[in-house]
Amino acid sequence: MLELNVIFEAVHRWLEGILPQGLVTLISALGTGGIVLAFLSILALFLVWWERKVSAHMQQRLGPMRTGWHGVLQTIADGVKLVQKEDLIPSTADRPVYFWAPVICFVAAFMAYLVIPFGRGLIVQDLNIGILYIIAITTFTVVSLLMAGWGSNNKWALLGGMRSAAQIVSYEVPLTLSILGAVMLAETLSMVGIVQSQAGGFWNWLIFRQPIGFIVYYIAATAEANRTPFDIPEAEQELVAGFNVEYSGMKFAMFFLAEFVNMFTISAIAVTLFFGGWNAPHPIFNFVPSWIWFMGKSLVSVFILMWFRWTYPRIRVDQLMGFAWKFLLPLAFLNIILTGLGVLIFRN
Amino acid sequence: MVGNYGYAGVWVLVGIGFVLFTFFFARLIRPQRPNPNKLKNYECGEFPFSDSQLQFNVRYYIFALIFVIFDVEVVFLFPWAVVFKSLGLFAFVEMLIFIAILLFGLAYAWKKGALKWV
Repeated sequence: MLELNVIFEAVHRWLEGILPQGLVTLISALGTGGIVLAFLSILALFLVWWERKVSAHMQQRLGPMRTGWHGVLQTIADGVKLVQKEDLIPSTADRPVYFWAPVICFVAAFMAYLVIPFGRGLIVQDLNIGILYIIAITTFTVVSLLMAGWGSNNKWALLGGMRSAAQIVSYEVPLTLSILGAVMLAETLSMVGIVQSQAGGFWNWLIFRQPIGFIVYYIAATAEANRTPFDIPEAEQELVAGFNVEYSGMKFAMFFLAEFVNMFTISAIAVTLFFGGWNAPHPIFNFVPSWIWFMGKSLVSVFILMWFRWTYPRIRVDQLMGFAWKFLLPLAFLNIILTGLGVLIFRN
Repeated sequence: MVGNYGYAGVWVLVGIGFVLFTFFFARLIRPQRPNPNKLKNYECGEFPFSDSQLQFNVRYYIFALIFVIFDVEVVFLFPWAVVFKSLGLFAFVEMLIFIAILLFGLAYAWKKGALKWV
């Protein structure tokens, strides 16, 4: 019915008719980039508002109410304010490092969307190493946080940057290992392949065969995105704001945007790997377009991340590191071994 | 095949272009009135008393080493995971030995207290 890939394919065919092949590739790369950027900007506007409303209601407050219906225009007002803010660069800052940190942070978050399957046929490039590519590219975030911490020449920022590097590096290992279980069952690294291996109904979703993998992935991914209860790098009450203390205006906005984009990315990967991606829970629901299923499931996952934030207290740095290395890592290995055994036993 | 990754290259440029454009756009409309007090480092109202780019005790140095080891291991595990179903028992036992050696290393680091955040 309302499958969006029909539109894109029609445009692509039309372009191929009037332009040479190389130019078509270039235009579609630029065009898809632009579309995804627009999508991410709108999504971030929505998610920021949603996070504020969710947090408010969980604390029995109302949250933003004055700007538009239930404050829906609040984020736009914030954006307008951020654009007008003076951009202060500390006189002692390492300027090139300071300048490029937010750029790298946002680009690393944005690049992941090259291989995220939004719906049937609705993927920019189905790379055959899809999931590995996402892990590789999103890790660049840690470089940008270190750059921000060091380049600001501020003690809070330095502490925040160092902590986030330690945290992301530690949680990277259980995160990648937890994905392996799903890859073993799907027998492919391509995002489309993983989704297709779960087609047919909710009983084929990998969550039922990879419960441990999913739990490890979700915890580690929350830590990777620096979300509460793992927001040690930002820890407002102790580090004032961590790595982005000295950033203002649009440079701060880029860090902020990247955080919300990352939040959606980890939800999208969780949905793709464990919840059947764009597949409907039952074949009788196939009349609903696939992208609606994907967005719906992802937004539920985002909501759960917000729920985490208002449920769990922040954990201490040493507990944080111990948790990754002494609990999640052995658990992830256990998951791989159990998956392997399961595959060997039930193969026939 | 190269075209697929060519997209990634174009996307890097699109992303950087987008960020630089927003910076430029903001520059056109924002005020620009710096003064020495505004440009000081923020230390909760105190005057900053020293340079922050000092010799810093990087506490996760050991963690980073262990991370490198395990990340390399993961690179070996991914191709194995993709073809695991067709390889069967032999590959499974082989990988168990590989994982066991690394877990032994982890246990050693744990015992030595390298996993303690001090």
